[in-house]
Amino acid sequence: MELQGQKQGLIVSVSPHIGSEETVPRIMWTVSISLLPALAMGAYYFGPKALYVTALCIVGSILSECFVQRVAGKERTIADGSAFLTGLLLGLNMPSTVPFYIPLVASFVSVGIAKQLFGGLGYNIFNPALIGRAFALITWTRAMTTWAVPEAAFMAVNAKTTATPLGILKEEGMGKLLEVFGDKLSLYKELLIGHRAGSLGETSMIAILIGAAFLVYRRYISLRIPLSFLATVAVGAWIFGGKGGLFTGDPIVHLLSGGLMLGAFYMATDYVTCPTVWRGQILFGIGCGFLTILIRLKAGYPEGVMFAILIMNCFAPLIDRNCRTSVFGAKKAKK
Amino acid sequence: MSTFTLGGIHPPEHKELACGAAVEVCKPPQRAVVPLSQHIGAPCKSLVEVGQRVVAGQLIGNPEGFVSAPVHASIAGKVTSIEAFPAPIGRMVPCIVIENDKSDEWAVFEDDPSYMEQTADVLKGRIKAAGIVGMGGATFPTVVKLSPPKEKKIDAVIINGAECEPYLTADHRVMLESPKEVVEGLKILMKVLGLNRGYIGVEENKPDAIEKMKAATSGDKDIEVYTLVTKYPQGAEKMLIKSILNREVPAGGLPMDVGVVVQNVGTAYAIYEACRSGKPLVERVVSVTGQGVVSPKNLKARIGTPVSQLLEACGGLKSGAVKVISGGPMMGFAIYDLDTPVTKGTSGIVVMEDNQIVHRVKFNHCIRCGRCVEACPMGLMPLMLSVYSEKGLYTDAKDYHLFDCFECGSCTYVCPSKRPIVQQVRMAKTMVKP
Repeated sequence: MELQGQKQGLIVSVSPHIGSEETVPRIMWTVSISLLPALAMGAYYFGPKALYVTALCIVGSILSECFVQRVAGKERTIADGSAFLTGLLLGLNMPSTVPFYIPLVASFVSVGIAKQLFGGLGYNIFNPALIGRAFALITWTRAMTTWAVPEAAFMAVNAKTTATPLGILKEEGMGKLLEVFGDKLSLYKELLIGHRAGSLGETSMIAILIGAAFLVYRRYISLRIPLSFLATVAVGAWIFGGKGGLFTGDPIVHLLSGGLMLGAFYMATDYVTCPTVWRGQILFGIGCGFLTILIRLKAGYPEGVMFAILIMNCFAPLIDRNCRTSVFGAKKAKK
Repeated sequence: MSTFTLGGIHPPEHKELACGAAVEVCKPPQRAVVPLSQHIGAPCKSLVEVGQRVVAGQLIGNPEGFVSAPVHASIAGKVTSIEAFPAPIGRMVPCIVIENDKSDEWAVFEDDPSYMEQTADVLKGRIKAAGIVGMGGATFPTVVKLSPPKEKKIDAVIINGAECEPYLTADHRVMLESPKEVVEGLKILMKVLGLNRGYIGVEENKPDAIEKMKAATSGDKDIEVYTLVTKYPQGAEKMLIKSILNREVPAGGLPMDVGVVVQNVGTAYAIYEACRSGKPLVERVVSVTGQGVVSPKNLKARIGTPVSQLLEACGGLKSGAVKVISGGPMMGFAIYDLDTPVTKGTSGIVVMEDNQIVHRVKFNHCIRCGRCVEACPMGLMPLMLSVYSEKGLYTDAKDYHLFDCFECGSCTYVCPSKRPIVQQVRMAKTMVKP
């Protein structure tokens, strides 16, 4: 009970004196863990190559972060998990067939350029993983659009390649897609579990939704952006997506294919590059959905989620500036 | 159950540490340090000389200015000095130091059992003379709240029993042990303001207090007890008014702008004592709690009692104690000197151990996660205030409603980057004019 003695050691700091247990590393690592089901399904369908590509992306991201921070004389922050997460997301967005240098260069573009050169975590304008992927897609278009045939045999090394459902839909139409998958029901089923060609982590809707549900449950992401994004794509696909005129499109195929789920739940909800106020978030989601469907139906690429999110990233600060919160008591003050 | 709509957080309450401890009378201190400024507004002018003997309850400091309150001696003894001491907020304030002569002699007060028959002005005069200020922590002179300008029509008075700060249990104990007195205090307030509507708001984490208050008001149709959702900052005036009456105090305005006066439970009790027996505000209930104190208690302590004595009465500090907070952990002040005196606004002394507090010496970039936006009860965008203040762009911060922030700390509590948002807001507030 040495009160005099205690006097020396008292900590004095400003209120509040308590804080939640949430930290940036905890968020980043939790999001990373929530992506494991998607990665596992990727490995299941595309073999060890999927894990190899993802590992290259993660290692490349972490090394890029270390390198740039070293050169810039900044404090090293790889422990916060954000470089790991960016690498993981980038890996999940790659075809399993890419040669080793693509993941490495793309991860440098992601973390070294799009994140660190813009000021590091919190200051990047664009989603780093998507910038890396966009760079790779434009630079090595053929390698980035060569998709392995998914085989549910883990150790099998598969050399056959095929087109993604969206690619088939774009080039040859719904009829061909049904021909490949049998009937509509088995098409939906295969899309849902992820037995189709595509980027290694984007194919299994179930795995992605499990991870996303966990994040929603933990309140790490809200449903505002994903739901407005998905709803806009669904409505757009239904109205404009059919060959037989308006309102004949198949929204379910559009929802379940491509990188939409991964993009809507993991890319568009990136804290740094999306708006912070709920009205702005809904607007952002609608914008992403609109651009996605526009690219899917009218542009040269079969898939548009990546470019849609990147374009909307540009608008996020503008949206934030114009969709502010309504301040308590402000309405009455105007009268 | 009532609550406010925007934001709010749920920090661990830790009320269990002290809520079961009945109020004990803390022995009057050997030396009382009575600050001449214990409230918002002008400091008092000393009425005593060094060497003079005073008795408990004697007026020793007179207010200068309308927004102020008189100060009374809390013990009997000799004035040994008038010098500067650290107030709980950290600033040095002039204090009258009284050396206890152990007589515990009190000034003579006139008991008035028929106080309710007095006119509003007489009652208001007693509240003013007793030096009563808001005892929830903000210490706004009560009589000023009771004297609204003519154009502000007051139609409701609320007794604030939310006690939303974690750890603190002083109001809880007062409601449990003196429900009748609290209700009498409310009735006096209603009489002074000429109202027939009174409300008492209590958070649902104090079911026993809600029961007591309901029992104490069972005969009064004019008084309603509201159960409030346990959510910080439920006890902030603006939130409480929104929760109970669904009125929004205009931005930059005061409760009286929507016709409401809010008073804390402890204040209501002091009002009753002042009107009934003329007793000035020289003692109050203080929760001495937290994991860093050996046996948490609720103590009735004289104003001017040094914090060290309260801690001694509770068995002292544990070896792991590193921070002593005057007030609650969300809005209280960490004190650096255990001789800091208890003032009229000291609702609690919370002692924390190292693993419970957050050091914000080093903080990270804002990752724009938006948790602060969701937590802000005022509907602000704390992240923008924080970043603009950090960059010295104070005028831009003002555009984001800087001055609507009442520094509840919810944003800072939830921030995963551990940014000292509230402090950045305080900083910005000093750099620009409202």
